[in-house]
Amino acid sequence: MSMAAEERSLRAPWVLTAPALMLFVGVLLIPLAMTVMLSFHDWGQYKGIEPVFIFKNWHEIATDPYYAEMFWRTFRIAILTTLLTALLGAPEAYILNRMSGRWKSFFLLVILGPLLISVVARTLGWALLFGGNNGLVNKLLMSLGLIGSPIPFMFTETGVVIALAHVMMPFMVLSVWAALQRLDPQIENAAMSLGAGPATIIRRIIMPQIMPGVLSGAIIVFSLSASAFATPAIIGGRRLKVAATLAYDEFLNTLNWPLGAAVATLLLAALVLIVVGSNALIERRYAEVFR
Amino acid sequence: MSRNGPLALIFHTIFVIVMVAPILVVCLVAFTPEGYLSLPTNGFSLRWFRTIANYPEFIHAFWVSLGLGALSSLVALLFAVPAALAISRYRFRGRDVLAALFLSPLMIPHVVLGIAFLRFFTSAGLGGSFAALIVAHVIIVFPFALRLTLAAATGMDRTVEMAAVSLGAGGWTLFRRVTLPLILPGVISGWALAFIQSFDDLTMTVFLAAPGTETLPVRMFLYIQDNIDPLVTSVSACVIAITMAALILLDRFYGLDRVLAGKGDTGR
Repeated sequence: MSMAAEERSLRAPWVLTAPALMLFVGVLLIPLAMTVMLSFHDWGQYKGIEPVFIFKNWHEIATDPYYAEMFWRTFRIAILTTLLTALLGAPEAYILNRMSGRWKSFFLLVILGPLLISVVARTLGWALLFGGNNGLVNKLLMSLGLIGSPIPFMFTETGVVIALAHVMMPFMVLSVWAALQRLDPQIENAAMSLGAGPATIIRRIIMPQIMPGVLSGAIIVFSLSASAFATPAIIGGRRLKVAATLAYDEFLNTLNWPLGAAVATLLLAALVLIVVGSNALIERRYAEVFR
Repeated sequence: MSRNGPLALIFHTIFVIVMVAPILVVCLVAFTPEGYLSLPTNGFSLRWFRTIANYPEFIHAFWVSLGLGALSSLVALLFAVPAALAISRYRFRGRDVLAALFLSPLMIPHVVLGIAFLRFFTSAGLGGSFAALIVAHVIIVFPFALRLTLAAATGMDRTVEMAAVSLGAGGWTLFRRVTLPLILPGVISGWALAFIQSFDDLTMTVFLAAPGTETLPVRMFLYIQDNIDPLVTSVSACVIAITMAALILLDRFYGLDRVLAGKGDTGR
């Protein structure tokens, strides 16, 4: 390679990525840094935002039990949603994988397609299905004799978890599905020929191999659920606050931006810690599977 | 390979019904002839679709969403295509960090992005403007545009390019006549997926939109906050139909399974 060509190949990647890099530094990293700064500013009903460096907002979040309760609710909803998607999504991915070609791609489309449909529209669907005591879900459950009296779904955590699990389900199915594609079907047959029953095969052969898929799906579902906005806002209503809806309220109703910024910064920090931490754990535990 | 047993098929049937039910119920209620929320048991009617015409704010919001989605996806591609070519072809110091930075909007909660952009654009005197919405949407759709372009650029046959170079092509001609046509399916799919992401975003946009720049999801959300009536179901049914059209486009050009498989990495 000539000197000029070598120099060009050293410079070329930077020339090509420079516009995107400038864009990201200018309108992503700087705004994020400004938000962290904002969380240390003071705010008053009449004076507005005062650019000082104090810990007032952080102190308020740390000491007022309202915020502890709200964050605990946020993570409780995210954990329950993750469990629900794992318990239902993993078996479904397994069943899908055993279907024959045409059905498989058809149902994969039916289950994954909603991923691209507006979250507002999907949540509206649940609001219609739940709809007070006479909602379709309650009518169905009562006519099947599964429940004696209507369960309140609207404005409850139960309703939020169900609707959120529906919104997040495609991510879990997709993740387990990807793990199943790496699985050799002959191992299952080998286990069967050695006398293992279906329960043993699932517990000893399938489960350990799809576990990394379930766990990485769980990380995605958890982090998206913990920061979800539309579903908790529509199904949970104004009183059942989670981190995202509380930040929204602080920014657009009470106008206490510094406090809202502190809530958002804490949410971001908690999620980054949880996601990075559990990713590292999974990769160490299942190093042989990822290799 | 062994087949699914009857229990598995029952589970599967219930699972699929639950997945489809909320979307189906929205589309069905949209066709109700009644003046209140109900399933169309007494025949289908288009009255609630016609009612949309009496709500100019929904129509305006639709055009805002359409323009925003189309423009921001296009701008994102203008930045993403060169970046994808650099990342796929060169091994350079900082390459992994750059790739992680470019994909980072997937990992940052949209509520945090919404707050950051609100703060940033208000300080810059652009609060609530369409320009601010475009820039913010370019950032959130960038990872999708980048990923599909990257996949196309990585899987591309380089020998065709080498042949063009040996025949004297270079620089812009090489890109326009050889490289771009080869990665075009990936670029178009990247645009379509980016468009859907922009068109559907509520969480970030709700912080940035002002009266006049409200997008359709924001308008729908604010409407639902006040009351739920058949009007918002007919608007939703239209949104679902538009998304389906984009899905078919994606499937034609790229294969939906590949697009969705790419989406599964979100948050990793």
